[in-house]
Amino acid sequence: MRPSTQTTIIKVTGHSAISEGKLTRWALTTIALSFLVLFLLLPLFTVFAEALRNGWQTYGKALSDADGLAAIKLTVIASAIAVPLNLIFGVAAAWSIAKFEFRGKVLLTTLIDLPFSVSPVVTGLIFVLMFGASGWAAPLLDNTNIQILFALPGIVLVSIFVTFPFIARELIPLMQEQGSDEEQAALSLGANGWQTFWHVTLPNIRWGLLYGVLLCNARAMGEFGAVSVVSGHIRGETNTLPLHVEILYNEYNFAAAFAMASILACLALVTLAIKAVLEKGHGLKH
Amino acid sequence: MEIQLSGISKQFGQFKALNNVDLTIQSGELLALLGPSGSGKTTLLRIIAGLEIADIGSVYFDGVDMANTLLRERQIGFVFQHYALFKHMTLCENVSFGLRVKTRAFRRSSAAIRARADELLKLVQLGGLEDRYPHQLSGGQRQRVALARALAIDPKVLLLDEPFGALDAKVRKELRQWLRDLHQQTGVTTVFVTHDQEEALELADRVVIMQKGEIAQLGSVDQVYKQPASPLVFDFLGDSNIIAAQLRGDAVHVGDAAIGPYPSTANTAALDEGAVDVYVRPSDLRIADAEQVGIKVVVKSIQRTGPIVRAEVSFSACTFGQSHSTLRVELPHLHHDVPRFQIDATLRLRLMQFSVFAPQTITPVREQLSAPILIGQKRERLAG
Repeated sequence: MRPSTQTTIIKVTGHSAISEGKLTRWALTTIALSFLVLFLLLPLFTVFAEALRNGWQTYGKALSDADGLAAIKLTVIASAIAVPLNLIFGVAAAWSIAKFEFRGKVLLTTLIDLPFSVSPVVTGLIFVLMFGASGWAAPLLDNTNIQILFALPGIVLVSIFVTFPFIARELIPLMQEQGSDEEQAALSLGANGWQTFWHVTLPNIRWGLLYGVLLCNARAMGEFGAVSVVSGHIRGETNTLPLHVEILYNEYNFAAAFAMASILACLALVTLAIKAVLEKGHGLKH
Repeated sequence: MEIQLSGISKQFGQFKALNNVDLTIQSGELLALLGPSGSGKTTLLRIIAGLEIADIGSVYFDGVDMANTLLRERQIGFVFQHYALFKHMTLCENVSFGLRVKTRAFRRSSAAIRARADELLKLVQLGGLEDRYPHQLSGGQRQRVALARALAIDPKVLLLDEPFGALDAKVRKELRQWLRDLHQQTGVTTVFVTHDQEEALELADRVVIMQKGEIAQLGSVDQVYKQPASPLVFDFLGDSNIIAAQLRGDAVHVGDAAIGPYPSTANTAALDEGAVDVYVRPSDLRIADAEQVGIKVVVKSIQRTGPIVRAEVSFSACTFGQSHSTLRVELPHLHHDVPRFQIDATLRLRLMQFSVFAPQTITPVREQLSAPILIGQKRERLAG
């Protein structure tokens, strides 16, 4: 007993000035780890366990179901439209905020965060109010025969709204930190705006940009609330992957529901993995 | 190329960075813009380059108004304080950037571009490092790459913003000499900004001393050093002692001693008789011989710092009893007068060279400029 007590005392006096005692560290680590297991690892494990409960065959069948495939296809299409548009917007917004001074800059910076603070359901309702049968844009839509609600355009619009901030938020601090010296140098050497962007700005922000795109994509594919309001839940037509999971679940078709959910979970895991690789690559680069 | 600035004013919010500045930069000269931080020197340089636009006033290159000429059309070699090298490009790619972005009609073959880049890297003594990246280089090497990159476009004028500000003292000295040689080789009109008076005096043909957005003095190195136009200029160009004195007739008197004739120069307005301030550098004070006029002082402290011996002396009470009561004296350590500087020894000092100005109500305090530029170091660390 004695030696260990002694060591403890020495350690505490040695560390007290700069860090916490051993007990505190141990307690903090335990709390963090148990939360991690309880709220993150266990649910993730459950998704795959439930999906595979009735064997691989049932899993395969659930995935190859026509409605399921349609949901996957719709989700991919919606993201494939929303993410590139947000990429363009995000780069433009980050560029203007980080490198220029203009009136309303603070307002723009604040507005970019709006989708983070608005509940996705409210977002969906806003679009229903705008494009619904009695909405603001109804006369125009009736005349031109364009269907927005309960169709792909509506789903894409809310996806864009919800995932709006991801890329811009990722780039703004990065570009602000880098300043505009390199761009000015490129311009003074005779490069035009496009050459400067392509050869100087883009290489400097590529890792942050890729990371932002990944996050944006993960959210676009996983979004439930806002899409749920505008989609109309038409099976095989306007059901995205998350909506399809819910329908299957409500029908007590647990194996299929979890099989679909496992795809979303895989997407999340792949995103995390790529992110880790990117961060490592980024670290090596410098 | 001759550059003419006329009536340049620039304001940032409430802060007047430049106030009606007129300046002509002669073709082929090496000009220093010298001044404390906030004096407007960097803003002036950026206006010449086209990185900033003046609120009022015009910039002429060889008589042509540059108002509608964009930065990228001005053919200017700009060297940034923190180098602004392209981090993801090799040295060769960095240096050849200006040649590669030209439109096809004016672009040379890639072999010719490569050869020119190699040649420039050799010129800045970095031959053989073509395939390195900027983060693999020291600060001095990076600065030389930045210069080579700026020279690649055959600039009509080379503008350098505190080119050696972020480097340590030894590298700075080496690069100074090197830039001087390079300027002689290329003959390109060169303007550089610095807050280091030693750098400006050593490197430049002519010096512009800036103060609060205005030109305090413009002249050759000798002119500004020997005939400073104002106490501020005197103070900025080196250490100074200030002695309260009297101007009687043509002679300057400190107490009873007539230390010399009033040094009238073209730069200063003629002074009235009466109270004046005498400005003298610590290195311009020597012990007076028996037959020479001198001010009586008592040695208070002696400090030996390598090649220079510094002494602090105070006026003997009988001669003088006013506010500026101590003087600093500097001697080369092998000077024959050094042994006579003993604590409490009474000596008579003569002023080998001095300036006379109207008395100031407030003693100008030389700004502390030797502090390292932390922002630059921090950014470099993040980038590397």
